[in-house]
Parts: sequence; C-alpha cells; structure tokens
Amino acid sequence: MLTIDNLHVSVEGKPILNGINLNVRAGEVHAIMGPNGSGKSTLSSVIAGNEAYEVTKGDIIYKNENIIELAAEERAQKGIFMSFQYPVEIPGITVTNFIKTAINSNLRARNEEKMPANIMLKKIREKAELLEIDSKFLSRSLNEGFSGGEKKRNEIFQMAMLEPSLSILDETDSGLDIDALKIVANGVNKLKNKNNAVILITHYQRLLDHIVPDYVHVLHEGRIVKSGGKELAHELEEKGYDWIK
Amino acid sequence: MAYTEEELKKELETKEYEYGFVTDIESDTFPVGLNEGIVKAISKRKEEPEWMTDWRLKAFKSWQEMEEPKWANVKYPKPDFQKISYYSAPKGKDKYNSLDEVDPELLKTFEKLGISINEQKKLTGVAIDIVVDSVSVATTFKETLSKKGIIFCSISEAIKNHPDLVKKYIGSVVPQKDNFYATLNSAVFSDGSFCYIPKGVRCPMELSTYFRINQAGTGQFERTLVIADKDSYVSYLEGCTAPSRDENQLHAAVVELVALDGAEIKYSTVQNWFPGNKNGKGGVFNFVTKRGICHTNSKISWTQVETGSAVTWKYPSCILKGDNSIGEFYSIAVTNNYQQADTGTKMIHIGKNTKSTILSKGISAGKSQNSYRGLVQINAKAENARNFSQCDSLLMGNKCGAHTFPYIEVKNKTAIVEHEASTSKIGEDQIFYCNQRGIDTEQAIALIVNGFSKEVLNKLPMEFAVEAQKLLEISLEGSVG
Repeated sequence: MLTIDNLHVSVEGKPILNGINLNVRAGEVHAIMGPNGSGKSTLSSVIAGNEAYEVTKGDIIYKNENIIELAAEERAQKGIFMSFQYPVEIPGITVTNFIKTAINSNLRARNEEKMPANIMLKKIREKAELLEIDSKFLSRSLNEGFSGGEKKRNEIFQMAMLEPSLSILDETDSGLDIDALKIVANGVNKLKNKNNAVILITHYQRLLDHIVPDYVHVLHEGRIVKSGGKELAHELEEKGYDWIK
Repeated sequence: MAYTEEELKKELETKEYEYGFVTDIESDTFPVGLNEGIVKAISKRKEEPEWMTDWRLKAFKSWQEMEEPKWANVKYPKPDFQKISYYSAPKGKDKYNSLDEVDPELLKTFEKLGISINEQKKLTGVAIDIVVDSVSVATTFKETLSKKGIIFCSISEAIKNHPDLVKKYIGSVVPQKDNFYATLNSAVFSDGSFCYIPKGVRCPMELSTYFRINQAGTGQFERTLVIADKDSYVSYLEGCTAPSRDENQLHAAVVELVALDGAEIKYSTVQNWFPGNKNGKGGVFNFVTKRGICHTNSKISWTQVETGSAVTWKYPSCILKGDNSIGEFYSIAVTNNYQQADTGTKMIHIGKNTKSTILSKGISAGKSQNSYRGLVQINAKAENARNFSQCDSLLMGNKCGAHTFPYIEVKNKTAIVEHEASTSKIGEDQIFYCNQRGIDTEQAIALIVNGFSKEVLNKLPMEFAVEAQKLLEISLEGSVG
C-alpha cells in the first residue's frame, strides 16, 4: 500500500529526515517509535502532504502512485488520513457540519453524488456509538473548548466516517487518560480490516498494549535505526531509547 | 478639437439651461450635471405634487452649502457631482433578447447562487413573457397584502396615492440636512420603496420575493420609507444576492424606518454591488444613510451582509426614543482586493430601559481595508439603558487591514455598556487540517468564514441566509494562493 523510498526532508533548510525506508502492506499495523525530535511527526506530516516540509530526495509510493507532487487534499481524497497530534479549532462549524463537508468533498473528487442526508445521519449515529460519543458533542464547534481526550476521540470519529485506506495516528495517545485511551484504541481496532493499514506514531509503548502492531520501527535522527515485531516495543519500554542510539 | 473639462462643463450647463428641463424629455437619461432645473425636472418627470418639488428644492439649497464628509477611513477620488446624470429610467438598462447574449461570467455566478432562469432573465434585463411565474406570483402577493391593508409600492406611487403618510414621515428620521449624501438624495432621489403596515397587523410574508422581482433597475439614489404602525410587525428584505453590474459610480441611498408603539421592524440587507476589478479599478461608491426611530416598546433590527462596492460608507442606526425600546445591529462586511468599507451603527438611547445589541463581523482579504465604526450614546434621561457590542475581525493574508472605532458616550450613571472585540487570522494550520480531510483550500476558507459569520447569518431569514452564505464564498473566491 505504502512504500517510502530513501526519503529526505528539510524544514527551512534544516534536514529532519535523512533517508527513510518503509514498506506498509494492506492489513498491517506499523508502529513508529522514537525519542522527541527524532522526526516522527515530520514523517506523518510529509505523508499527509503538509507543504511546510520540503522533500529534498526520495519517493512516497501509495497504491502504486508516486504522491510526492500531490496536494494534501488530493492525498486525502485517495484515502490517506492523519489523526492530528494537535487538532485545530474551527469556531462556528459543528462537528457534524465539518464531517459532512469532508465526506461530500471526497465524493465530489471521485465524481460521485453527495451522500443523502438520511444516510449521512445514520452513519454519524453509528460511528458516534462506536466511539461512545454523545450526540450533544456532534453539535459543538469543531475542537473549540474540547478536552484533550475529546479532541482525539473526534479525530478517530472522523477516521471512522471517512473510512481511509491508510491511517496515520500521530501521538493519538498523548493527552488521553486510560479510559479514553481504551475507547479510542477499541475504535481503531474495530475499524481495522485486511484492506486498510495503520501507522501509529508514538513515544510510549502503552498504546501498543491496546492496538497491537505487526511491526515496530525505531526512529532516531531522521533514520529508522531498528525494526522488529511487537516485542521490540516492550524492549524499548524497559531499556529506554539509549541502547539503540 | 479637444474640449477642456471646463469648456465641456460650461457647454453642458448652457445646454441644460437652453432646454430648461421643464418640458418633456425624450431620452431616458438626463444629461450630466446638477442644478435647480434638474431637480425640478426630476420631480416633474415623476409627476410629483408641488409640495414634493418644494421639498426637493429645499434639500438642494441646503446641499449646495454642504461639504463632503472626510472622517471615514476610506480613500477615493472625490466624485464630480456635475459629471453625473441624476435621472435614468430603468428602461435605460441594456436589453437582451435571450440569455445567450448575457455575459457568461455573470450567468456562472447566478448559477452558483442558485437563481432561477426567469429571475436571471429579469436581473439581466432579458425580455420575458407575461405568463412567467414571477409576474403572477407578484400579483398574488399584492392581493394578500392589500387584504391586510398593507401598502407596499414604489415611493413615487406613494407620493401620488398616499401623500399624507409620505408628507408626515419622509425626512422625519433622516432630516433633509442630515448629512451631505442624505441631503443630495433628498434633492434627487430617483425611486425606492414605500411600506406601511397598519395597526396590529403582522405582515404575513417576508417582503422579499416580491421586492426582488422589482429589484432590477432601481436607481442610483434610492429612497425607502417603512412605517410600522402600532403593534404591527414586518420583516423587510432589501437587495439581492445576485451581482449587479451597475456601472454607476455613486450610490447614495436613504432608508427611514418608523416603528410606532409596540411595533417591530426587521430590516435585512444584502449588498453586492460591483466592487471594482482585481486591481481596484471601477466599482460603486456606496454612501448610504439608514436610520430607524423606535417609539415605546418597539423594536428595530438591522441585519446586513455587505460584500460589494469599492467604497462603502454606511451606518444603519436606531434612535431609541420610546421607553423599553430595543435596537439591534447585526453585520457581516467582507472586503477583498482593493475594497474599502467603513461601516457600523449608531445606537442613540433616549428612552428609559432601552436596550441595544451590536454584533459586527468584518472579514478582510486581499489588499482591502475594513473598518467598524460605531456610536453608543446614552442620554441623560435614559435610565437603565443597556448596550452590548461585539466586534470581531477576521484577516486573510498579510496585506489587508481591520480597524475598529467604537465611540461610547454615557450621560446616565445607571447605564450598562459592554464592548468586546477580537481579531483573528485564518491560519495555515486550519487550512491544512481541512485539506487533510479532503476539503480543498477555497472550500476550507468558505467553511472557516461561514463559521465566523454564523451568529449574524442566523439572524437572516432562512432562504436569504443560504444565499448570503453562498455569496460570502463567491466574494472570497481567489483570495488565497
């Protein structure tokens, strides 16, 4: 599904990623771990198409297409989703209105008809239930005054609504208490199937107790320095990141 | 031989004098220039009674001694009042035989706004059949209204058919000498609307669709008078979301609202005149005086969506004369490219327990300048007056400006006056967030702007609000990138 080949990325002339190689197949869950400043969030932003980052070398192949030149919305329309570490507020726009706009934008990009209101509502209700989201929450302004947990739950709700092929969850566990973490992880697990893939970006192992990865990669100074199975995460939890550097 | 400006002006003046403009004028448009003869000719052309002619002349005399106001935060070349034609019959607009002849860009915009084909024809001046729906709709409306005793007609008709009402109320809220542009309007107003709601009558419909049908071709100096008699109610919609390609440089309208005891007037405006091109060339100068007077227990609500004009100078105001009266002002003003807007309101509290609310949302893009200017005045006898004002500005890009000029004058200790203001910028992070969900940048901006304007859009009548929302999107098209 996703092949990253020798990816080099700079921000304002400063190199952040120095030759990333990664291969994600449909049905897999990959965890990318690493200390602060190792380039984890940069990697997710670059896959999502944030133009603040400059790709100086390398390719990102998604579903057999090089997406390096595509705008963020085009990548999203092709099924790439990113759950933000810090979701932004849009005052005056409700969660429902926002997701409705997003879904219809995606449909339009594929030259499909808008989703009828009754089907949309049914879907919203269904996915809200999955993530134990109160209906009052859906009529609040997007992320405005949301607690950390509410913001992350809202991200996963959008993921559930958009049904992406590739989901990148950037530090989704940060700011979550254990109950919220369980709900979010449970949601992600329910959404998983053999046709989609998930990349978890995380600093800590605790999320991986709930969403079990097939592969774990350790990022350090913009390179993947070690890859392994889920047991690698436990090892990191025990020994810290120092032994890998 | 090329004329100098002076010579040309002289010749035109002489010509005018020569023909005197007291006899019938063949053409639909008067020659340029303004003098007593022109004022008289306008009045005559409209077959007005003598009292109206005198009223106009009195205004003209005052106007000659007045100077253009300079305090607004707008810059524009001073119009040459002798270079403007002061009367142009609606017929003067371009006529087309079919929509195929109309500017396709204009039609594209109509389509985006969801305006029906018949209405498109009406608005662009395409000749239409008599059997067209809109005509019969208009007739039906007229019948319904007259059954309730509601008078709704052009101001010219009202001058002829309801002289007592016009005589009593015209100039009662905006006096002839009120300001430079209002005085000019008093002398030369071309036409406009008149509305009277009898005692205790609740107008059964938004006076909108009807008005919109009649919208095409209203003149440059509009005059509107709305009178809501005791305990009556009316919701009045002015303007049209369709873009108007009127090339008249100067528009100076006057709107007067009278809310008698216990009455309520809701007045909504969407203004979408030609704002000039991307480089700031052309566009309408819009200098409007709008004011309402509230008697005891009455209420006036102004709601406006301002997206057009190169220069806007407009302060819909409320004089809260009666005890317990309420004034409201809800505004969205959008400026893009080189547009300039100086708009706001005046709330004059005279009566006891009077209340006013001001909610202003300014959106600036391109190289435009957007100013809110508002006055809240609590007079000495206005016990327990209350005001709440909120002014929010949204900036797009680094080259536009947002300004707030609130004036507060309080002469009574029991008053409670609150003012809140905020300025925000559409962030790249917000746009990226939307992009990441598959929403393109234009649409992301529309979404953010709609969210910002929501509180005001909610004050508009439902059908109008949807159009206004689309209009906001169109106005800001191409403002990023």
